[in-house]
Amino acid sequence: MSSRIRTELVEINMGPQHPSTHGVLRLEVSLDGEVIVDLKPDVGYLHRGIEKLAEMRTYVQFIPITDRLDYLSSMLQNAAYVGAIEKLGQIEVPERAEYIRVIMMELNRIASHLIFYGAMGLDLGATTPFLYGMREREDILDLFEMTCGARLTYNYFRPGGVAADLPAGFYQKAKSYIKKQRERLAEYDDLLTNNQIFIARMRGVGVISAEEAINYSMSGPTLRGSGVAYDVRKADPYSVYDKLDWDVATRPEGDSLARYLVRMQEIRESLRIVEQALDIMPPGKLQYKTPLRLKLPEGEVYHHIESSRGDLGVYLVSDGSDKPYRLKWRAPSFINLGALSRLAKGWKIADLVAILGSFDIVLGEVDR
Amino acid sequence: MSETTESTVRKAFPEAVLDASEIDGVLNLKLAANFLLDVCRLLYSHDDLSFDYLADITAIDWRDRIEVVYRLTNLATNAKVVLRVDLDRNDPQVESVSSVWKGAEWQEREVYDLMGVRFIGHPDLRRILLPEDWEGHPLRKDYVIPD
Repeated sequence: MSSRIRTELVEINMGPQHPSTHGVLRLEVSLDGEVIVDLKPDVGYLHRGIEKLAEMRTYVQFIPITDRLDYLSSMLQNAAYVGAIEKLGQIEVPERAEYIRVIMMELNRIASHLIFYGAMGLDLGATTPFLYGMREREDILDLFEMTCGARLTYNYFRPGGVAADLPAGFYQKAKSYIKKQRERLAEYDDLLTNNQIFIARMRGVGVISAEEAINYSMSGPTLRGSGVAYDVRKADPYSVYDKLDWDVATRPEGDSLARYLVRMQEIRESLRIVEQALDIMPPGKLQYKTPLRLKLPEGEVYHHIESSRGDLGVYLVSDGSDKPYRLKWRAPSFINLGALSRLAKGWKIADLVAILGSFDIVLGEVDR
Repeated sequence: MSETTESTVRKAFPEAVLDASEIDGVLNLKLAANFLLDVCRLLYSHDDLSFDYLADITAIDWRDRIEVVYRLTNLATNAKVVLRVDLDRNDPQVESVSSVWKGAEWQEREVYDLMGVRFIGHPDLRRILLPEDWEGHPLRKDYVIPD
C-alpha cells in the first residue's frame, strides 16, 4: 500500500447568504486545505435592470432610482446622474447649490466610510467599532433628514440645483458634528487602527501592485491603497472641488491595511472639505427652473465623479426626447470586484474575509 | 495630444480609422472592427500615449447596428480617447481586449450579457448579471420584457 495520502480540492460556496459577503454575493471557492486555489465571484442576485428602466422613464423620474444603486452613498449617485443631465443640457447651477451639493456628497462619503470602518472590524471579529461607526453616522443621517426628509434614499439633487435649501440650524449642527467626529476618530484609531490583532490580519494580506490595479481598472480607495493618486475630484474637477483645499489620500503598500487606512484618511479630508464649504458658501437663491418634462438635445455625454467607492461614470445618449436613449452606469464596485479573484488566490479562506472587506463593495451597485 | 493620438493610429494602421470627431473635448475614433485589438495594443504600449486605464466599455443598440464604445485614459497625463466600432446587429462580434487590460474581462461579460456582443478570445465569456439560462439580451431595443 502506498504511504502517500491522496488529497483533493474542495469546492465551497460562500454566500449568497453570508455575513461577510456584505449582501447577496456568492463566491465559488476552490480550496486546497485552507488555501484558495481559485475563486469565482457570482454576482447579479440584485440585478434590477436599471439601465433598461432608465429608457422607460423621463430624465427626472429616474433620479430616485439612482438612490438605490450604491445605497450607502445615494447623494453621490444623484450627483453623477444629475451632473450628466446638466452637462448635456447645458443647465447652469447656482453657486450656492454647488456648495450644498459638495457638503452633502462629502458627508455621505464619510457616512459610507463609517459603515466600512464598522463592517471591517465586524468581519474580523471586533464588534465595538461597528457600534461606534453607526453612532456617528447617525448624526450625518440626522443632517440629511432635516435637509431632505430622508435618511437613506435622498432624491435631493435636481437638474439645475437641489430640492430645497439648507434648513435653519444646519450650519451649527454640522459644525458641532465635525468637531465631535474629529475627536472620535482618535477613539476609532485606538480601537481598530492600532489594534495588533487587526493589523496582523490586514497587513501584507491581498497585495496588488499599482500597475496591476490600474490594469484591472480598479478605482477609488482600492486603487489609492496601491499608491495611485487617481481621484476624479482632482483629475477632472467638477462642482466646486477646485475651490477647496484638501489632499488625495494614498498609501503605497497595496494591501488590505492600506485600503483601510486610505478610507480613514479620507474621512479626515472630507471633514476638511465640509468645514470649508460651510464657511465660504455664498448666500443667494437656489431657484431652479428646470421643467419636470425635461428634454435634452440629441447627443451624448460622459460624466464621472469620485463616489465613495471610486470612479462612478454615467454615459448618457439622448435622441432628443424626454427619456434617455441609452444610459450606462459605470459602477466602481462592480469593476473592483473583478479583481478579487486575482487578490485572493494563494491566501487562506479566513483572509478572504479581510480582502473582500477591504474592497468595500455595495451589491446594489455591483448588480444594478 | 489628441492630434498625436489620431496621427499615431493613422500612421500605424492607415485603414483603421473610419472617422474622427471630438465630443466634450475628447477624441472619438470610429474604427474598423477588425483593427480594434491592434489599435488597443498600440495605444497601450506606445511610449508617449500609454493609455494604461480602460475606464469603461459599453454598447449602444442603434437598431441598424450595435456600437461598442471603449473609453481609455492615461492616468499619468489624464489624456483620454474614446474608441468606437460598429458591429453587425445580427451577429455582433469583435475581438476581446482583455489580453491588453484585465479590467475588460468583467466589462465585456456585461456587454455580452445585456447586449449580446460576442468577444472573440475572451477567456471566460459567460453571462454575469443575469442567470445563465436567461433568454435574450435586455438592452437590445427590440427586447420584449417577460411578464
